Amino acid sequence: MDLKDLYQEIILDHGKNPRNLGKFDNYNKDAKGNNPLCGDNVHVYLRLNENKKVEDIAFEGHGCAISMASASIMTDMVRGKEEKEVKEIVTDFLGMIKEKDSLETKILKDDEKTKLMSLSGVKQYPMRVKCATLSWHTLTSALDNSDQIVKTED
Amino acid sequence: MNVDDIKKEFPIFDDKIQNNDLVYLDSANSSQKPRVVVDRIYDFYTKEFSNVGRSVHYLAVAATNLYEQTRVSVQKYINAKDKDEIVFTKGATEAINLVANTFGQKYLSEGDEVLLTELEHHSNYVPWHFLRKAKNIRIEFAEINDDGEVTLEAIEKKITNKTKIISVSHLSNVTGAILPIKQIVQLAHSKNIPVLIDGCQGAPHLKLDMQDIDCDFYAISGHKMYGPTGIGILYAKKKWLEDLPPYQGGGGMINEVKKEGITYGELPNKYEAGTMATAQVIAFNESIKFMEKIGIQNIEKHEKELLDYGLEKLRKNNSVNIIGNPKEKGGVISFTIKGVHPHDIATILDEDGVAIRAGHHCCQILHDKLNLPATARASFGVYNTKDDIDKLDEAINKCKKIFNL
Repeated sequence: MDLKDLYQEIILDHGKNPRNLGKFDNYNKDAKGNNPLCGDNVHVYLRLNENKKVEDIAFEGHGCAISMASASIMTDMVRGKEEKEVKEIVTDFLGMIKEKDSLETKILKDDEKTKLMSLSGVKQYPMRVKCATLSWHTLTSALDNSDQIVKTED
Repeated sequence: MNVDDIKKEFPIFDDKIQNNDLVYLDSANSSQKPRVVVDRIYDFYTKEFSNVGRSVHYLAVAATNLYEQTRVSVQKYINAKDKDEIVFTKGATEAINLVANTFGQKYLSEGDEVLLTELEHHSNYVPWHFLRKAKNIRIEFAEINDDGEVTLEAIEKKITNKTKIISVSHLSNVTGAILPIKQIVQLAHSKNIPVLIDGCQGAPHLKLDMQDIDCDFYAISGHKMYGPTGIGILYAKKKWLEDLPPYQGGGGMINEVKKEGITYGELPNKYEAGTMATAQVIAFNESIKFMEKIGIQNIEKHEKELLDYGLEKLRKNNSVNIIGNPKEKGGVISFTIKGVHPHDIATILDEDGVAIRAGHHCCQILHDKLNLPATARASFGVYNTKDDIDKLDEAINKCKKIFNL
């Protein structure tokens, strides 16, 4: 295990200055996620236009550097993508965090993949995986219009 | 007391953990186990095992005697009047649930109030919340002050003529505040209100005398007292155990069972339904003996020294903010570092073998009040040294470095 793999510069940067933090007015989908063990929470807001494209996305919440960075990078990455593409990215990301060595989706450019791979360090820290995945599960929940609050313990 | 010798009695410190010497600062969560306790479990299962209280064969009688010896040891350790006032449970959580359930059944009805404090662990809130749902009772919370303590006045302020029971912590697992429980009991009794003390953090660190404190109920966690998991103790005055209904039904707690009706067993069997955590109860006797051998006064003194040293050290460390400043405080230091989330602190400290806890420590009401989603917590046991605190301080500095503070 190496802390440098977990706390890479990009994570520390996004953790300290999360992008897309806040709430905007004309969102039409949103969902909440909780991590009951640590008390972290996230609320994802997004606007899907008539072409099913993510016009805007933001999040509110608080948590550790990993969870804030993950939400920050995620929101950056899915803005402008179609719902179908977003779901493919989410599946690919969750698969990478859980077992795969790399990202397979063709939707993301190489530099975007590199950015996402910066979160792969959590694989060595099983207790921290849920920090990285909470906002992603919450994004899926928002897209699916689920009223259920996402819990990492499920 | 010689800490180096005491530490040698704990096998967990024999080997490196992830290539580090273990700096275990999570005893408020659960303490490590001395060899005598671990060995006792092994010996019981390999040489003496039988179920207790049922069969008449040699092993059954011997096991029953061992089991009952722990009851007497606990009685003496906490200076209870009668051994029948000691009920074994699966933990302090079950002990509190037992009281909430049985007292609630018999004495609480709509509009009645249960008085807790803002610093209670979830295990001393959720069981009462069940009654809020089932019986429409109200739960009141005595407030903490700016130092993170609950004063006698804060309790008095919330007592009304509807208050039917008061249930408070002996020692806060977050701020370390030691509550004035003896005065709380005196005040409550002057108004005919019974008192339950959640002693999870009190019993491992403070001298206990049930007859002096005079509380009605006192809940103890075995695994925080250098004992096995799966065992807790409910101390209750005999009048309550005789008066309240049974908690769980099953074998061992009955007197006579007929199709038409059932009569219940005598104390303490009435509250010990089914096969109990026999090996753990028997091994817990070794935990008591272990603590008696060191002497609770020595444990208190040692942990106070560690606390003073730790507070001094961490106060000097820039960007560390210590939570609460109670006048009477046990060996718990909760803290935050501006700019670093407690979970990141815990992960980085762990890299150097420094085991702490991060989160809300099962005290969400308290963290809401403090307006903090989470804190980091270092807590002490008999095996900790000043060197452990130096290592904590060094690891905190490493944490600050990683986060460029």
